[in-house]
Formats: sequence, structure tokens, C-alpha cells
Amino acid sequence: MIREAFSEENSVLCRLDPGVRIVMASAYSCAAAVLKQFSALSAALVIAVILLAISGQNIRVVAKRLIAVNSLIALFWVLLPLTYPGDALFYLWSLPISRAGVILSAQMTLKSNAILLVFIAMIAPIPFNTLGYALERLRVPRKLVYLLLMTYRYIFVIEEEYHKLIRAAKIRGFSPKTNLHTYRTVAWLVGMLFVRASKRAGRVYQAMICRGFKGRFYSLQRFEISRIDRFSALLMGIAIVALTMLEWGVRWS
Amino acid sequence: MIRLEDISFAYPGSPKILDGLDFELHQGDRIGLLGHNGSGKTTMFHIIMGLLKPDSGKIEIFGKPAVSEKDFTLVRQRIGLLFQDADDQLFCPTVLEDVAFGPLNLGKSEEEAVEIARKTLDRLGLSGFENRITCKLSGGEKRLAALATVLAMEPSVLLLDEPSAGLDRNTKEKLVAVLSELDLSYILISHESDFLSDIATTIYAMEDGKILTDKELHLHRHIHAHPLGTHPHSHKP
Ligand SMILES: Nc1ncnc2c1ncn2[C@@H]1O[C@H](COP(=O)(O)OP(=O)(O)OP(=O)(O)O)[C@@H](O)[C@H]1O
Ligand SMILES: [Mg+2]
Repeated sequence: MIREAFSEENSVLCRLDPGVRIVMASAYSCAAAVLKQFSALSAALVIAVILLAISGQNIRVVAKRLIAVNSLIALFWVLLPLTYPGDALFYLWSLPISRAGVILSAQMTLKSNAILLVFIAMIAPIPFNTLGYALERLRVPRKLVYLLLMTYRYIFVIEEEYHKLIRAAKIRGFSPKTNLHTYRTVAWLVGMLFVRASKRAGRVYQAMICRGFKGRFYSLQRFEISRIDRFSALLMGIAIVALTMLEWGVRWS
Repeated sequence: MIRLEDISFAYPGSPKILDGLDFELHQGDRIGLLGHNGSGKTTMFHIIMGLLKPDSGKIEIFGKPAVSEKDFTLVRQRIGLLFQDADDQLFCPTVLEDVAFGPLNLGKSEEEAVEIARKTLDRLGLSGFENRITCKLSGGEKRLAALATVLAMEPSVLLLDEPSAGLDRNTKEKLVAVLSELDLSYILISHESDFLSDIATTIYAMEDGKILTDKELHLHRHIHAHPLGTHPHSHKP
């Protein structure tokens, strides 16, 4: 089953307007992405952890996500120090370990974790449809928004169809092995899935025009920017300015 | 209200599904339509809605010939089609948005649309479902929600493609109650002859691409089971 692990609205952060949250998180990510100084990067990570604490997400679920992302980053820790040009920090069995490579890997680790945490804290708990409409209000092109919403709506249906096909294959004694029969069957299953998805798309479109679709969806969700929204946006702004000052300030001194 | 005259239709590359089909629906008619799987019932509904174009024949709806896409745009505002698969019909994120989608397209204001949507949901016993996510409903709930989306357009004719499939007895009874108190004409496809005889006044059968009318078919309720009990069949006098 595809599940939304973070879709629980229960903290102060969740009371903020989703649009404001998207803007805040995006601004923060852009800022964090350009930081280089370790003082600024650590500060960014601290901010992220604080936000996560406020959001009250389940730590275990968060940890799972972090492990997934960091195992990818671990790959960089193996590759970059070995391959990056520059002075050697030390030698590992006479292999030079590049200082620049280590620094770059460390920067990358801090940045990605900080950004990830902020997104888990602020964006992930937004229900998908709300996210879509919030994006629409932020002037993201309608077509993209509808694409997102429709994908969300039908991914479950397609998943169910996938399970149906797998079950149909299984009850007739299909068990995957490494042989041509398996490859052929899997190819058929995948092909079938595409055929069904496209037929489904056709029927959904028919249902839409039957109800007078004219190229627009209407959101019934009301968004209002409150005082808390403005205040939190201000706080985030200050935090971002502080981060950049930390970045440039350290360099000048 | 609906007149089909000598309609023929074939999907590209396959034999004729509808072959010289004639059909009429008058104000107040409640027609049940029976027929084997693949006999072309769904196809006929899609032709009435203008989703498929017949290869030959005439369609007349509300007294006017329906030919162009523009004619059918008007037709679709007054005829509601309940699809065989409810998943096709519910495409908005939440139930309320889905039910309000049609009225909004008809140019209603947001308040009016929400009002209509809530009333319709109430009538089908779905109050409290407004903010449920459509893909997380059960099969039966989806079916009722899909019916709500159709009824919210306030059509004068309903085309119901197997509305009873997958419903338990309670829900089915609710459906029967809702349909019989509606002041609408409708055509209803179902494979359950008991359900049909509950809410249809006339029952037709589809066979060989044509519609057989009452004279050739007589349906009755079977209390005991016998081999033909679930199939429509005629009794010779
Ligand atoms: N998109 C399509 N392309 C080609 N053939 C099709 C298509 N849709 C349906 N058919 C064929 O047309 C015939 C009639 O289909 P239709 O869906 O109208 O049957 P039905 O009477 O509604 O059946 P059921 O009771 O199973 O719903 C079937 O033989 C089917 O295989
Ligand atoms: Mg059908």
C-alpha cells in the first residue's frame, strides 16, 4: 500500500496557511543550498531540528526517511574524498584522501539533512489536495497542479490494478524466476498496466465532459492569511537573513 | 425525450455491436435494461451521451436532433450518466468538491454549488462524507458518491449503468427508495432482475444489437430457484 506517513495535522505549524508554509520552506531551502561555511550550515541544521520538534512528527518515521536519504549520501562519502582533486588530508593505505572532497561531502550532508527536515516538518503533513490548491494559489501553472492532483487520485487505482494483475498471475501458479517465461510475463503485466491506465484516463475524461468540464477545477478550500502566518513568515525571514550574515560575516573577518 | 432510430455501431476492427437499434424514452418512463455481458448496453448509453458516434442512424433528444458536439454539450447538462465504474467518475480530491464540480460547471456560484452538493449527499445518506478523500472510500460508498455527483447536476433523465453492483442489501434498498421518490425518467442497466422489477416500470432486453420490447419479453419474480431464474426469458402462453 502507498501510504502518507506524515499526513497528520496536529501541531502549531499545521495551523499555518499551506501557501505560506510552502513559501517559507522553499526560501529556507534556497538559502540553505547556497551556504558553505560550517558555522552557517550548523545553524541551518539547528533551525531545521527546532522546526521538526515543533511539528511533533513521529521520530521513528522521520528516522526512516533520514536513513533512506543518508544512505545515498554515504555513497558520496565514499566517492568524493577518493576522487576529488586537491591536497590530501591523510592517506588511507597510500590512497590520498582529498581534503576538499571531505569538506564537500560534509557540506552536502548538512545541507540535505537540514532541507529534508524542514520539508518533513512543514510540507509533508499538508494533505495532498490542499497542497495542490496552495500551489495553484501561488501561481504554479494550473496544468501542473491538475497533473499533480490527478496523479495522486489515480495512483491508488493503478496500484490496485497492479495488485489485481499480480494476484491473477499468482493464483495461476506464477512464481518469478530468472527465465524467459518470467520476463515475458512481467513485460505483459507492465504492458497491461499501461493499457489499463490509458483506458482509465479515457473514461475519466468522458466522465468529466459528461459533467460539463470546461478545463477548470474549482477548489472549495478557503485560504486566509492570519496574523500567525505573517509572524512566522517574519521569523523565517529573520532566520534566513541571519544565516546569510553568518555565511558572509565569517568570510570577511 | 430520447429517440434512437436505426442506430448501428461497431468499435473499430470488431463486428457490429449495435445493429439497427430503435429505442424511445418518454417523460416519466422508468426502463430497466437487461442483457448479456458484452451485448452493448454501456455502448448504447455512451452513444446517447455523445461519447461515441454511431456509424449510422438518428439520435433525437428532447425533441431535437443531436449531431454535433455542441448539441451534446447541452444534452449532457440534462442527462446524467452513472458510469459502470465509480472510480472513473470521482476525480476530485474530496467528495464535496466532486459533487459540486458539476453545478459549478453549470455556472452556479460557489455557495449554491456547495448547498446543492450538501443536499444531494444528505439525500443519499452520505452526510459527513464531505471532506473524505475520494480514493479512500469503499466500493459501495464510491458508487453512492458517484450517484450524488450525477444527481447534483439536477438532470431530467438518468442513465444508470449497473448502479446496484457491489452494494449490500441495505444500501440497495436505500438506492431503490431514492430512485423511486425521484421525479425523473431513467434507464437502468442491471443484471439483477429482482432489483429491476422493484424500480422499473418497463423492462427491455438487449439482444443481437437490438432492443426487445415488452411484447417479446415478460419478466417475473422468481421465488424458487430454477436454472433460468436469473436470466430474463419469455413464457409461451
Ligand atoms: N473500447 C472498446 N474497444 C473495442 N471494443 C469494445 C470497447 N468497449 C467495449 N467493447 C466491446 O463491445 C461490446 C459491448 O460492450 P459493452 O460495454 O457495451 O457491453 P455491456 O452490455 O455494457 O456489457 P456488461 O454487462 O458486461 O457491462 C463487448 O463485446 C466489448 O468487448
Ligand atoms: Mg456495461
